Amino acid sequence: MLAITDLHAAIDGKAILNGLTLSVGAGEVHAIMGPNGAGKSTLGYVLAGRAGYEVTGGSVTLDGAELLALDAHERAAAGLFLGLQYPVEIPGVSNLTFLRTALNAQRRARGEAEASGAEFMRLARAEADALGLSLEMLKRPVNVGFSGGEKKRNEMVQMAVLAPKLAVLDETDSGLDIDALRVVADGINRMRSPERATLLITHYQRLLDYVVPDRVHVLVAGRIVRSGGPELARELEASGYALDQAA
Amino acid sequence: MSALPTRRDEAWRYSDLAAVERAWPLPEPVRLDVPAGASERRSIVQDGDATVVDTLVAAVGAGASLALDILAMGGDFGRVAVEVTLAEGARLEVNGVVLADGTATREIVTSVTHAEPGAVSRQVVRSVLAGTATGSFLGKVAVTRGAQKTDAVQSVKALLLSRGATANAKPELEIFADDVKCAHGATVGELDANALFYLASRGVPYAEARALLTQAFIADALVGAPDLAERAAAWLRRVA
Repeated sequence: MLAITDLHAAIDGKAILNGLTLSVGAGEVHAIMGPNGAGKSTLGYVLAGRAGYEVTGGSVTLDGAELLALDAHERAAAGLFLGLQYPVEIPGVSNLTFLRTALNAQRRARGEAEASGAEFMRLARAEADALGLSLEMLKRPVNVGFSGGEKKRNEMVQMAVLAPKLAVLDETDSGLDIDALRVVADGINRMRSPERATLLITHYQRLLDYVVPDRVHVLVAGRIVRSGGPELARELEASGYALDQAA
Repeated sequence: MSALPTRRDEAWRYSDLAAVERAWPLPEPVRLDVPAGASERRSIVQDGDATVVDTLVAAVGAGASLALDILAMGGDFGRVAVEVTLAEGARLEVNGVVLADGTATREIVTSVTHAEPGAVSRQVVRSVLAGTATGSFLGKVAVTRGAQKTDAVQSVKALLLSRGATANAKPELEIFADDVKCAHGATVGELDANALFYLASRGVPYAEARALLTQAFIADALVGAPDLAERAAAWLRRVA
């Protein structure tokens, strides 16, 4: 589903990713762990096509399509979803407007029929219910006045409604108490399917107790230095990244 | 007005005076009296290419209310000037939107006099400026000696879509009573790059994202005038 080959990227001329290679198959959940400054969030932004993140080498394909040639909104329509570590507040735009605009823009881009108001509301309500966000909250401006946990639930609602092929979740577990973590983890697990790949970017092993990954990769200084099964996450929790950083 | 204004006239300091001179003499002000206890809603819309200056002089009677919805989106130079005098317990709402691109200069100039006690004025003005356009709001609030319990609020915000655009915001308070509430706030900013990326990352094309965010920006000012809001939205979809 996702194939990253020898990816190099820089911000303001400073190299952050230095030959990152990774592939995630359909139906798989992979976790990327690593110390602060390793390039974890940069990877998410580079995949999503954020301005200012300059790709200086390598390639990325999503389900066979060249991702790096596409604009950010085209990548979303091609099936990429980036769950943000810090979801943005947008005063004056309701969650419902935001989400319906996004869903229909993606559908238009794929040549599909737009969702009618009724179809969209059924979908949004069902997913919000499942994640414990009320309809009242969906009517409020995007993330404005939401707690940290509510913002992350809102990301999960967006993910569920947009139903991407690849979900890249950047530190989705940060700032969550244990109850919110469970809800968000359930949200991720609900989305696991043979047609979908998930990449969890995380600093801590905690989320991986609830969403058990197929593979764990250690990112240090912009490249993958070690990969393993779910047990690698526990090992890192115990030993830290010092060994990998020294290597 | 009998003589051409100059740069030294406070109320004309950001105007395109060459355009004013070409359009001279200006049309006579429109006069409006809202009788005591009555309630009136008016809209002033400037569209098209010609220089256009609209002046409204209104007196709002005791306990009466006046709501003005203003959309300044026309004219190489467009000016909406409003002078309102409020009697006891009167209420005024000014909801203004200035949209300008290219080299246009557009402005809303208000002068509100709280002449008697207990009147309320609420002014909300939002500007979206592109190209090398200039958008201005000059708002004077005068509270006379006897006008205790005056409650006056101005909220002025401008959004610059390009580096070459200019926003002017000039609130002016002249208060001769001691028991009043007069508040004003003014901000000038650009579209939030984080919000634009957030929308793009969810699949919304750049132009549509800009239109959505700019519409949200002006929404406060046109809640009571959906037809004006739709005209403004069409402009924003085209320009933003």
